[in-house]
Amino acid sequence: MRNSKYPFIVGFLIVPVGLYALLVLWPYIQTFGYSFTNWSGESQKFDIIGFKNYTTLFSDDVFRKALWHNVLLLIFLPVITILLALFFAFLLNVGGRGGTGGVTGVRGSAFYRVVFFFPQVLSVAILAVLFEAVYRSDSAGLLNGVLVKLGLEDKNNPIEWLNDPNLVLWCILAILVWSGVGFYLVLFSAAMQSIPKDIYEAALLDGAGRGQTFFKVTMPLLWDSIQTAWVYLAIAAMDAFALVSSLTPGVAYGGGPDYHSEVLSTYLMRNFLYSGKSGYACAMGVVILFLTLILSIVTLRVTRRERIEF
Amino acid sequence: MSTTTTEPAAPGAPDAPTPAPVRGPGKESRFGDSGAVLNVFSHGFLAVWAIMVVLPLVWIVLSSFKTDAQIGGSAWAWPHHWSLSVFHRAWDKGIGSFLLHTVIVMVFSVTLTMLLGSMAAYVLARYEFRGNRFLYYLFVAGAMFPVYLALVPLFFMVKNLGMLNTYQGLILVYVAYSLPFTVFFMHSFFRTLPTAVHEAAMIDGCSHTRAFFQVMLPMARAGLLSVGIFNVLGQWNQYILPLTLMQKQSGTDHDHSVLTQGLMNLALQQGYAGDMPALFAGMTIAMIPVLVVYLSFQRQVQAGLTAGTLK
Repeated sequence: MRNSKYPFIVGFLIVPVGLYALLVLWPYIQTFGYSFTNWSGESQKFDIIGFKNYTTLFSDDVFRKALWHNVLLLIFLPVITILLALFFAFLLNVGGRGGTGGVTGVRGSAFYRVVFFFPQVLSVAILAVLFEAVYRSDSAGLLNGVLVKLGLEDKNNPIEWLNDPNLVLWCILAILVWSGVGFYLVLFSAAMQSIPKDIYEAALLDGAGRGQTFFKVTMPLLWDSIQTAWVYLAIAAMDAFALVSSLTPGVAYGGGPDYHSEVLSTYLMRNFLYSGKSGYACAMGVVILFLTLILSIVTLRVTRRERIEF
Repeated sequence: MSTTTTEPAAPGAPDAPTPAPVRGPGKESRFGDSGAVLNVFSHGFLAVWAIMVVLPLVWIVLSSFKTDAQIGGSAWAWPHHWSLSVFHRAWDKGIGSFLLHTVIVMVFSVTLTMLLGSMAAYVLARYEFRGNRFLYYLFVAGAMFPVYLALVPLFFMVKNLGMLNTYQGLILVYVAYSLPFTVFFMHSFFRTLPTAVHEAAMIDGCSHTRAFFQVMLPMARAGLLSVGIFNVLGQWNQYILPLTLMQKQSGTDHDHSVLTQGLMNLALQQGYAGDMPALFAGMTIAMIPVLVVYLSFQRQVQAGLTAGTLK
């Protein structure tokens, strides 16, 4: 029996590992290789130019702008989404009228959960078209329509959400938060429900109030989930390609007006497919790759806590 | 804790027929406050967010019944004629075939992802051999990076294989990029399964392969369902991969656009500028299958999406 183990292992692993290596790992490695060339992307002809792409990158204003926008997204997307999701999860699970158990969710929490989660299952293309209509720059757009109706905005002078350099990035951020909150709400709810009730009852007996229970009992026990949520959201913040490229103005993959919503992914794609600077795009890819890697490790290190078993 | 024997099963357990909590005067609250204020406050916030989620979606569906002039006019215009012909128009503009392409791709890609992913995860989770940890981390690392970083070489790789704008090309790419998460998830799932059943099967002379397909895989049903739903939604939502890999290579090439890509192209096309209602109708059509699947499987979907992130 021992002898038949290895053929079996190899037989089971060869297809998945092969496919993965060919279509995932090898392209990543190639990205690394091409980053040292001046490859244009159209033919397979290129020269090796060493670190020139990298040095150009650091003096590239658009790249720096894009990087800064990604940093903004990296800070605000996780913070806002996690806080909102925690808040709603708290209301759903503990916010109800005090019953016999002391801690109950509000009525209809199942309904809220279903509704809140729904945007998560919508395709990003649907989100893009949907928000194109919502952010329309005249009063026919939903957002402007609502604001006009509430009297907060002049009908003849509507806000041009996606054309306003100061607003465009926040509009994109709002979409990401809007569609993400439900997912993390469900994630945190599930984690909250897995906390045994006796812990709450012990806290109650000791005279803890709702707020105290939340911050001293629930939060520490949810730490693992919050950490995971942070990493997921950070990865989402590094991407944002589909929304930015389809919603914002600009030649080839959006990013406008005047680079005010440019993110790394759109700038990379423009260099790669539109400007004929594929080698340069690859160098950008490598930098992003390392940033993501460092970021994930730092996040996991900084937020590490002693795990609480229950 | 003997006084609380009548408490409802779990806080907010969905669908559980919550017995009206006993709210006798003396039992009213075990917290200092009664929770009444908080309750109103909770409902307020939750309702506002619920409206923010539902309003745009309902508005889009309503808009598909409006005329172009109404859509360009005011956000509050109410549709006058409730004709379904607009859905017919949208279907003819390609929504029907986009849906078909997506389904064709996903039937194969999800099945293959699940099969290959659980095979690899099983071997990595249950068998000791040199390089085991290395392979595992190699897979897990792939889940960390955004897809667009590999896009440039991937495009040429698929091109060299002659698979641009083909179903098989997209299917293989989808499978490869879904493997990291699938392996990661199923790996931890196989670890939690008891070893005794497997050992019993081996003692009875079962081969490794048969033990996997007939003993372990059926035992892992719950995990397979969760990660399967995750993959269905993930691949259904893919945008950047089909956008790059499924473009027509020549004038005579067939259009194999999947739904996300097709919808986005329609939105960008000039031709559609004259027919906004049809675009909204197309979106409505695209939303309906997801809505139906989601509502019928919402508990599994939610469990599946979150289970991967819990231990």
